Amino acid sequence: MAGLLISRRNLLLGAGGVLATSGLPLHMAWAEEAPRGGRLVVAADSEPRTLNPAIVASNGVFFIASKVIEPLAEAMMDGEGGLAPRLATSWEGSEDGLSITFKLREGVTWHDGAPFTSADVAFSAMEVWKPLQNLGRVVFANLDTVETPDAHTANFRFSAPTPIQLIRNALPVVTSVLPKHLYEGTDIAANPANKAPVGTGPFKFAEHRPGEYYRLTRNDAYWGEGLPKLDEIIFRVLPDRAAAASALEAGEIQLAAFSQVPLVDLERIANVPGLKVMTEGYEALTYQLVVEINHRNEILADRKVRQALSHAIDRDFVVDTVFLGYAQAATGPVPQNAPQFYNPDVKPYSFDIERANRLLDDAGYPRGEDGKRFSLRLLPAPFFSETRQFGDYLRQALGKVGIDVTLVNNDTPAHLKAVYTDHDFDISVGSPVFRGDPAISTTILVQSGIPDGVPFSNQGGYANAELDTIIDQAAETIDTEARTALYNDFQRIVVEDLPLINVAEWGFTTVARDTVLNVGNNPRWPVSNWADTALAS
Amino acid sequence: MHRALTLTRRRIVSSIPVLLIVIIGTFLLLEAAPGDAVDAYLLSLGGGDAGLVAELRQSYGLDQSLVKRLILYVGALLRFDLGWSVAFDRPVLDLIAERLPNTLWLMGAATALAFSLGSLLGIVAGARPGSLTDRALSIGSLALYAVPSFWLGLVLVLVFAVALRWFPTAGIETIASGKTGLARVADIAWHLVLPVSALGFIYLALFLRMMRTGMAEAWRQDFVLFARARGLARRRIVLRHVARNALLPLVTMLGLQAAAMLGGSVVVESVFAIPGFGRLAHEAVSGRDAPLLTGIIIVSAVLVIVVNLLVDIAYAALDPRVGSGEASS
Repeated sequence: MAGLLISRRNLLLGAGGVLATSGLPLHMAWAEEAPRGGRLVVAADSEPRTLNPAIVASNGVFFIASKVIEPLAEAMMDGEGGLAPRLATSWEGSEDGLSITFKLREGVTWHDGAPFTSADVAFSAMEVWKPLQNLGRVVFANLDTVETPDAHTANFRFSAPTPIQLIRNALPVVTSVLPKHLYEGTDIAANPANKAPVGTGPFKFAEHRPGEYYRLTRNDAYWGEGLPKLDEIIFRVLPDRAAAASALEAGEIQLAAFSQVPLVDLERIANVPGLKVMTEGYEALTYQLVVEINHRNEILADRKVRQALSHAIDRDFVVDTVFLGYAQAATGPVPQNAPQFYNPDVKPYSFDIERANRLLDDAGYPRGEDGKRFSLRLLPAPFFSETRQFGDYLRQALGKVGIDVTLVNNDTPAHLKAVYTDHDFDISVGSPVFRGDPAISTTILVQSGIPDGVPFSNQGGYANAELDTIIDQAAETIDTEARTALYNDFQRIVVEDLPLINVAEWGFTTVARDTVLNVGNNPRWPVSNWADTALAS
Repeated sequence: MHRALTLTRRRIVSSIPVLLIVIIGTFLLLEAAPGDAVDAYLLSLGGGDAGLVAELRQSYGLDQSLVKRLILYVGALLRFDLGWSVAFDRPVLDLIAERLPNTLWLMGAATALAFSLGSLLGIVAGARPGSLTDRALSIGSLALYAVPSFWLGLVLVLVFAVALRWFPTAGIETIASGKTGLARVADIAWHLVLPVSALGFIYLALFLRMMRTGMAEAWRQDFVLFARARGLARRRIVLRHVARNALLPLVTMLGLQAAAMLGGSVVVESVFAIPGFGRLAHEAVSGRDAPLLTGIIIVSAVLVIVVNLLVDIAYAALDPRVGSGEASS
C-alpha cells in the first residue's frame, strides 16, 4: 500500500495539466501531452533465467529487458517498412544482397556513461547474435563481417545473398545491442550483465528480488527527447493465474499483459470501474493454433484424411467458445494480420462434416460396426489453457466423423520430448508464434530435413520437395516482390496439401487501469520500450 | 538430558541411509519423467536450431550418463556443495537460503495457529462431548478440513483483499518500500495474515478433532472417575486431567504435520505469490532441475527429521514413560 501512496504522490507532483484531458479516449496519440513521473506496477508471470535479449530473443525476456536494452529498430504501425528507428536511424541493402549498411544514432550513451558506437553493434552481431542467439543463428547464418568505417556506421557483409526484407522484419527481434566494453573478453553466456543488464534504453535496471519483483528506474540521459515518462517500472512476480486479476482489482498493480488475466475472467474484469481490457499492441505477436500431424502414420500420410480432418473442425466455434471471441479463424499458414505476406486467395476449409465423412470413405477408411474408422493419439500442448481446451474440442469433433481419439496430456518438457524428439504422437495441438517473416517462423513447420529434437519445427516427417525449393529460394531472393510471391505460393501449397492444419490465430489481451496511458500503441507493445507509457492521476 | 542426547545420536545415524535413499530416489524419479531440463527451457526460448539444443545439453552436463551425473552430484554433496540450479542459473544453496526463511515463517505461524486454536477449540468441544457446542465445532472443522487450501486462499483474497481491502492480495512484503526494522516486520506480518490463515485453518481441524476424541476417551478413564469422586471442580478436571492426557497424541501429530505442511505450502505460496520453498520445488519439477529439486528435498528431509527429533524430545519430557530404552517414533 505504501508503494501506491508514494506513486500517487509523485503523480501529483508531475501531473501538470493532465486532469483536463483524462476524459479523452485513450487510443488517441497524445504522447506529447502525457504527464511525467510515477511508478507503474506490472504483473509478470515468470522470471526468465537471463535478461539478455541478445542471446535469448523471446517474449519472456523482452517483456522486461526491452525497456533496458534496445534493438536497432522497433516495429511501428505506420512506420516506413513497419519500423521505427531506435539505435539505427537508417538502413539500406545493396543490390546484390551481400551487404546492408546501418547508420547509427549519435549522442547515445550506455547506462554506465560510456558512448554507444558502431563497435558495439559489430561486437553484438559477430560475437552474440550470430553464434549464440536462438533466432540470430538462422538470420545471420551467412553474416561474414561487420565493418565499421566510422563510429556511427555499421556495414554488415554476407557470404550469400540475404533478403533485406527478412533483415527488416527481423530487426526488432534479433538486434538487441550489448555494450562491448562489458562483454568483450568475458564468457558472454555467464556475464553478470545478463542478470543485471546495461543498455541504452529509457529505463535502467535497478534490482531484482527473486520471486518478488524487478525494478527499473528512469534513464535521465535517454536520447529520446522528453522520454521516458515514467519514473519507475516494477514487474511484480505473480505466478498464479488468479493473482493478477485480484491484484488489479485491489489496485496493487496497474497493468497485466500477455493475457495474464485469463479469458474467463475478462468479462468480469471489464466491468470493474477503472479497468479496461485491450487487444491492441499484439499485432506483430500473433500465435497460431495448429494441429500438427505425424506423417509417419500411414493413415495421416493420405492427403484426403488430412483434408477430412480440416473439414471436421468448426473454426468459428473454436474462436467463439475456446477463445471467447478473442481470436480469428485461420485460413492458412500466414496470419491475416501480416499484410506483407498474407495470401487472401487461398481457399479455406469450410466446416463440412458430410464432406469429411465422404473423404474418409474415399480414402478407404469406412466406419466399422461400432461407427469408428480408426484411432489416433492426440497430444495437446500444455502451453496455454486454450491449447488444452482445443484438444478437448478436437477429440469430440473428430469423434463425429468416426475417428476415435485418445487424449494424452503431458507437462511442457514431456510434451516437447514426445512430439519434437521422440515423434510419439499421431496428431498434436501446437501454438507456434508468427515472427513477422515466414523465414523465421511458419516455414520451419513444413520444411524437411530438420534434425530430431528441434522444438516447434516439422517433426512430423513431412517432406515436400516443391515446398522445400520455395523455402530455399525465398531465403536468398533479394527482390521483395519476388520473395513475397514465393511465399504466396508457399501458402497455397500448404493449404492444399496440409502438412499441418491451421485453425485459429490469436493475440493476447492487456488489462490496465484507466490511468495508464499510451498502452498498445505499437504492434509489439508489451515487448517494446514503454518510453512513452505514462500515468495520469 | 542424557536421554535427549541418546535420541539425537540415534536419529542422526539412522537418517543417513534415509537421506541417501532420498537423493537416489529423486534423481531416478526425475529421470523417469519424460523430457529434461533443456526440453523444459525450450518453451521459454521459443525455439532454436539443433546446434543450440545440443550446446545447451552439453553445458548443463545432460549429455552425461545418469550414473555419472549421480556420482558427480553425491561427490559434490560430500563437500557440502549442493550444486548449480539449471533452471535459475544460480547456486542451489543461494536459492534455498533465500526461500527457506519465508516458508519457515509461513509454516511456523500456520502450525502455531493450527495447534493453539485447534487444541483450544478441541478442549471446548471435548469438555462436554456430545453437546451442541461439540457438534457445531465438529461439523465446522470437518467442513474446513474438506476445503482445498488453494480454494480457501482464493476466497480469503476475494473477501479480505479485493472486496474489503484489509490485507494485500499477495506478496511477502510491500514492494520496494525501503522499510527496515520493526516496520518491516509488521509489514511482513500483515502480508502473512491471509496465507497463514489459508494454510493454518485447514490443519486446525485435525488438531481439534484429535483433541476432542482424546478427551472423550479420557472422560471414560478411571482416573477421571476418581477425580470426580474426589469432588474436584469440573474446570479443574477438564484442564488438569482430561485435556492434559489428551494432549500427548497432538504433539506426535505436530511432527507429522511438519511434512504435510511443506507440501501444502506449495499451493499457498503460489496463490499468494510468496517466494518460498514450496514454490521453488514446483518450479524445480517443471524445470526438470535435478540438482535444485534434490537440494530442496534434502533440506526438507533434514527439516522433517529435526522437527521429529524435537517432538520426540518434547514427548520424552512430557511423558516419563517414553524414550529411555525403547525408541519411540
